[in-house]
Amino acid sequence: MATALEIRHLYSERDERVLFADLSINLRPGEILQLAGPNGSGKTSLLRILAGLSSRYEGDIDWCGQPLRHQWVDYRQRMLYFSHGSGIKPQLTAVENLRWSCAMRGQAVTDGEIYAALDRVGLGGFGQQACYTLSAGQQRRVNLARLFCIDACFWLLDEPFTAIDLAGVAEIEHWIAEFAEGGGMVMLTTHHPLAIDRPVIRVDLGGGIS
Amino acid sequence: MKRMGVSAVFVAILRRDLRSALRSGSEWANPLLFFAIVCTLFPLGIGPDARQLALLAPGILWVVALLASMMATDSLFRSDYDDGTLEQMLLSPMPMYPLVLAKILAHWLTSGLPLCLMSPLLAVILQMPMSGVPVLVVSLLIGSAILSFIGAIGAALTVGLRKGGLLLSLIVLPLYIPVLIFGSAAVKSAIDGVVYLPTLALLGALFMLAVALAPLAVAGALRISVDQ
Repeated sequence: MATALEIRHLYSERDERVLFADLSINLRPGEILQLAGPNGSGKTSLLRILAGLSSRYEGDIDWCGQPLRHQWVDYRQRMLYFSHGSGIKPQLTAVENLRWSCAMRGQAVTDGEIYAALDRVGLGGFGQQACYTLSAGQQRRVNLARLFCIDACFWLLDEPFTAIDLAGVAEIEHWIAEFAEGGGMVMLTTHHPLAIDRPVIRVDLGGGIS
Repeated sequence: MKRMGVSAVFVAILRRDLRSALRSGSEWANPLLFFAIVCTLFPLGIGPDARQLALLAPGILWVVALLASMMATDSLFRSDYDDGTLEQMLLSPMPMYPLVLAKILAHWLTSGLPLCLMSPLLAVILQMPMSGVPVLVVSLLIGSAILSFIGAIGAALTVGLRKGGLLLSLIVLPLYIPVLIFGSAAVKSAIDGVVYLPTLALLGALFMLAVALAPLAVAGALRISVDQ
């Protein structure tokens, strides 16, 4: 299949320290890419660059064969960035949070779709509860529910397993595999060894590509 | 998948911001309390002489409203920045202008509007002649909206800094001054019985300028603040 995301000779530095230089990555539909490397090696920086939040880089990023900077609107409709912030307002309920997140994407969702997404992350009965009453792991799951109610074909996940229990980690791995199976692309950062029965491209930011 | 129009997204932001502000309470109550407390302290400090108070009332009300509005400004993007929902907004495929406008409108509805509604009561405490009260409310309605727009630019520029509070006031206060001058001048003119409409019209012009340009500046400033 054609390459959807092509990164060529990407270079970025932070505080005069080179994070990565001459980094080239191709990602095709159905592929999963794991960014690894020690803390501070630039994993989050790379994801923020790819999300379009950071412009501190040199090099080319192409989306579907065209330079990314010419097609932000299309890209933002298809890319879902999952940052390591909580991504939810504690005063609002899970349903209100998810509805707002979908609205930000210009996507109208029904209550049924939101509850279905909450069911999938194991929070079926918590939809009407203010998020500050939920535990850290449950709040994380509310944020993860975005993966199921937002329509996207490229997931950028920054440490998706933080604060998630062991069974939850296996579930998320399953979701990632399922999403890739359906033609989605995933790029994620994690220190945890992935147990996904699909080929995972591993990019080590401390060293080279393996 | 159904797509939403820009106006539906505008309403979604407005509703969400109003909801979370009303539920957290302190966000809208603090500036209002500050406004009320400081205004009631003036008669105690200056003395109960009605003529002297009436002379100072327009200036006092306007200065305190301005400070209360500045107090509220810092929280405009702070919590969204901290919990990462600001990034979700910046990554929206929608044009930024209406999204930022909705945020500023929600902020004004929870900070500026309550100040305007409370001002007649405080005007009575400060012995202001009744002839000035309607103009005071109108000038505060327009003026506090301009303050919200200007404040939003400052808040967007400083949201990435850990201690942006002082810098925010340094950026924003000089820009507040024209609003203060025209606002209090309109009220004084109304009390003195001279024409006040031209002054209000100037405030209106400033308001139009702020509506047209401030959201663009805010969107740009937010992108810079998040890019680090």
